[in-house]
Amino acid sequence: MSRLKELFERKERNVLNVYCTAGFPSPESTLPVMEALQESGADIIELGMPYSDPLADGEVIQNSSTIALRGGMTLSRLFEQLKEMRARVRVPVVLMGYMNPVLQYGFEKFCADAAAAGVDGLILPDLPPFEFEASYKVIIDRYGLDFIFLVTPETSETRVRQLDALSSGFLYAVSSSSTTGNEKDFAAVEAYLERLKSYQLKNPVLVGFGIKDQDTFSRACKYANGAIIGSAYIKALEGKTEVAAATRDFIRNVLG
Amino acid sequence: MQASYKQPDEQGYYGAFGGAYIPEMLYRNVEELRGNYLKIMAEPSFQQEYRLLLTDYAGRPTPLYHAARLSNKYQTNVYLKREDLCHTGAHKVNNTIGQILVAERLGKKRIIAETGAGQHGVATATVCALKGLECIVYMGEKDIERQAPNVARMKMLGATVIPAKSGSKTLKDATNEAIRDWINNPNDTFYIIGSVVGPHPYPDMVARFQSVISKEIRTQLAEKTGSELPSAVIACVGGGSNAAGTFYHFLDEPSVGIYAVEAAGCGIDTDKSAAATQLGKPGILHGSRSFLMQTEDGQVEEPYSISAGLDYPGIGPMHANLFVTGRGNFLNATDQEALDAAFELAKLEGIIPALESSHALAALKKVSFAKDDNIVICLSGRGDKDMETYMKAMGQ
Ligand SMILES: Cc1ncc(COP(=O)(O)O)c(C=O)c1O
Repeated sequence: MSRLKELFERKERNVLNVYCTAGFPSPESTLPVMEALQESGADIIELGMPYSDPLADGEVIQNSSTIALRGGMTLSRLFEQLKEMRARVRVPVVLMGYMNPVLQYGFEKFCADAAAAGVDGLILPDLPPFEFEASYKVIIDRYGLDFIFLVTPETSETRVRQLDALSSGFLYAVSSSSTTGNEKDFAAVEAYLERLKSYQLKNPVLVGFGIKDQDTFSRACKYANGAIIGSAYIKALEGKTEVAAATRDFIRNVLG
Repeated sequence: MQASYKQPDEQGYYGAFGGAYIPEMLYRNVEELRGNYLKIMAEPSFQQEYRLLLTDYAGRPTPLYHAARLSNKYQTNVYLKREDLCHTGAHKVNNTIGQILVAERLGKKRIIAETGAGQHGVATATVCALKGLECIVYMGEKDIERQAPNVARMKMLGATVIPAKSGSKTLKDATNEAIRDWINNPNDTFYIIGSVVGPHPYPDMVARFQSVISKEIRTQLAEKTGSELPSAVIACVGGGSNAAGTFYHFLDEPSVGIYAVEAAGCGIDTDKSAAATQLGKPGILHGSRSFLMQTEDGQVEEPYSISAGLDYPGIGPMHANLFVTGRGNFLNATDQEALDAAFELAKLEGIIPALESSHALAALKKVSFAKDDNIVICLSGRGDKDMETYMKAMGQ
């Protein structure tokens, strides 16, 4: 059974998924950050692969990517670091990133290396369902990786169902149609999450974007199986050398 | 839709290039456009308003000018398609007039755009003023400095200019910021892209709006020479919209040579260049698969050109297909070669070209044409915006 599936069978509510950028805040902090997240209580780690032009992310995550890239982060170096991952990290790990670096690395080699490192799933926001089905699904399946699509408040019911059918692991509900880190009125998205819940989808739903503290986390968890924190955590790591302590403080503040 | 050199297939592919690699947050807007653009463009009321604006507002048809002294110098027949005489000073307005009419018919109230040289920003601000719509233009910080006159024009036209401060602070980064704005404003906003780039259907839509250039060339050339078909057409390529427009109605005419000129910057053997077909590999940027300057690791490289409008690490997917199929000949001109061509045109013909267009003119030194050949060069814009750079080149 996949690690994500096993997690959601064990834990249906309040699942905490935290995003971190590989190679941020420093080139060798990838694994220490992941370990700190696990120790602090994260249920899933979404590991961002830094990219020069991360269109679906906000400024905070773009800055962390820029710092990681300046520090010499590459996909090859990341997979080098991840060789030790499963000796140290037990929770499910999904890789999040953009198509271009993955294509240059070689899509199949990427999937093979990810699977060999013990990665559980992929989030590639600029890989749309048409291309996914036409060219990439067979490769992803071959390596037993989950693939997670995003849905937004503007996604029609038919399309939500289509994306749910194509996803495995979980479905990523963008909480407001905005790049990450935007502070939008949370109440406005509750109706949308209610609507998603009423569809009784096959995948668990995690809410992303705009979650930053105990209040937003627990409100998101009312309507979904859990939530994803990105920019707020990256901000908390900015300029920090003691990543373990910074992580502990931040997650404690979210989980209460 | 049957794919051809001119038009992509149903999924937006010109051969192996194009598509719509967009995050779900953009899906509804892009899908709305994809489902409607051809229908809207075919409506009689659209056609009527578009044509009227092109003639009475933009000043079309632009002249096809036989440049006698230039022809004499290069011992061939050179015709200049005078897009520099369009209202706002470049071909960009052909596209913004078309897109603003589409936006209006989709009920959008807020217009965003990216700009490099500022010509597309000015052309967008212009049509927004014309229609009374809010206009926000993203422009790289570096370009705001080197294209100051256009920044002032946009402001006078009522647009808000927002500096893009990430990466190379040029066109690529301005495009990133515009796309982010669109993600954040999914309901009321229309993104007027300025070149044949971006996710399907943008490259096709922009190419169709710019195709008026080659349509006019055919008629005008027939009047002047008795034949609609030139021996060759030449245009500069940033994203490739003036080139797409200049090539469009000749792509299916095998006798017509197609020449695209990219910006070599300091030279394609240096690390300061923007010649995407020469230095790039297939990759994905801004929603489509095309040639892209990038590192081994797939990070997008920061391009360089003296010309802000050509300072982009990719090219439109139509051009990527012309490149790999060999239908198009891809040349490149350095900063210096473009400057030389600009000064040559000024002195020989009394026309000061935009720095972008000067790259196309530089092709005359690179290809030798026969004495009785008819060569059409797209003079995509005028040089007013580049006077500071030209004065520097004159040592002032
Ligand atoms: C005068 C002029 N020519 C050419 C270009 C390059 O754009 P494209 O390749 O889309 O024609 C620009 C862009 O700013 C321009 O202002």
